[in-house]
Amino acid sequence: MGLLSKKDAALLTDPLADNNPITIQVLGICSALAITAELKASIVMAVSVMFVLGLGNVVISLMRNIIPSKIRIIVQLIVVATLVIIVDLVLKAFAYELSKTLSVFVGLIITNCIIMGRFEAFALGNKPWRSFLDGIGNAVGYGVILIVVGFFRELLGSGTLLGFKVLGDPIEKTGLYSIGYENNGFMLLSPMALIVVGIIIWIQRSRNTSLIEEN
Amino acid sequence: MEHLELFFKSIFIDNMVFATFLGMCSYLAVSKKVATAVGLGAAVIFVLAVTVPLNWLLDQYILQPGALKWLGAEYAEYDLSFLSFIMFIATIATMVQLVEIIVEKFSPSLYNSLGIFLPLIAVNCAILGGSLFMQSREIPTLGLSLTYGVGSGIGWFLAILAISAIREKIRYSNVPPALRGLGITFIITGLMAIGFMSFGGMLTGGDEEKKEEKPTIEAKVEKEVLKKEEAKVIVAENTNINE
Repeated sequence: MGLLSKKDAALLTDPLADNNPITIQVLGICSALAITAELKASIVMAVSVMFVLGLGNVVISLMRNIIPSKIRIIVQLIVVATLVIIVDLVLKAFAYELSKTLSVFVGLIITNCIIMGRFEAFALGNKPWRSFLDGIGNAVGYGVILIVVGFFRELLGSGTLLGFKVLGDPIEKTGLYSIGYENNGFMLLSPMALIVVGIIIWIQRSRNTSLIEEN
Repeated sequence: MEHLELFFKSIFIDNMVFATFLGMCSYLAVSKKVATAVGLGAAVIFVLAVTVPLNWLLDQYILQPGALKWLGAEYAEYDLSFLSFIMFIATIATMVQLVEIIVEKFSPSLYNSLGIFLPLIAVNCAILGGSLFMQSREIPTLGLSLTYGVGSGIGWFLAILAISAIREKIRYSNVPPALRGLGITFIITGLMAIGFMSFGGMLTGGDEEKKEEKPTIEAKVEKEVLKKEEAKVIVAENTNINE
């Protein structure tokens, strides 16, 4: 952090808590909920968004003075779509099982509001290095929420983390299962992701009361 | 009859908001008042009804593997499906621009109340998701894709209508301060999603009563495990071929 000025370091740390893209800016919810049944899928999605947002921010920032204002949404969409096609093809080549789990949600990174939101709010008005930092910061903030939700859903839903059985073996009844613990299969189903994020928001706003909405 | 079945399936069982969480950002942002929610919902239905069939045509005649046969036999080998994302999003952006022009002309008050959210429909995951699911579920005909588009739109519309009505009422309830607004909306949506899961048994038919005894939760968990094992088999086969 010695290389970065205070303002630049803030670009990286603000989205982690106070300006978190999911819980505060309310962006990027769709993919955060649908694929977090497994921790591995959450991590891969977070890394993909980091790639797309970081690079995309730099590209848009480099082009910011030559994009005509009337077609800027189309230009942004093309940049994002190209980067996402690259991510999709890489995933299909190197992690086919995971790309099946993620299915259409890799494509939906294109419409992930965080990416378009950061392009409009930051990259179009700032230099490439700062845009890159902003992109990475927001993607990490997004990734943190994804990983927390994925962690709890996988742990409570199937008793594993990244595929490793951490609570013991459910079939042979070792570990925690020997005292009668059962996996909460409900956690693997999508509605629980909504409730887990609701609880995260609850905790975050209780700790930082300035974020509470007035009625 | 498959039209009716697909219609009900896309409204209740594969509801865009409650089953696959598409379009959540605008769903959360516009649901504070019922009037704007209705306007946005109607716009989404219209855009989906137009873009899903258009993208079906694109997929069928240009993008699918072997789709370019009609140009000539030598093009039958081409597989342009990697261009799907760009082509789908291009048609969607164009259609949304058209919808915006029409709404501005015929209903300026709706145009003003929707504000920024009308052009934002272009990046609403629900619209792109509708087209992508149409492609991945391999919907066979143009008519069915229209049914799917309209049904998905109506499902989304139902969801945003319900949550905006609930949010209007919940202003009079004692919600803990830290949960007010966004937090309670998430939890309510989660509960509604659980409720909509009950529709999962709707289309299994009346004759197979014995089969319906199996609770849907176990069935869904089993389906996900099966999907993973299928993918593992495909990986294994491919690695063997390369040797």
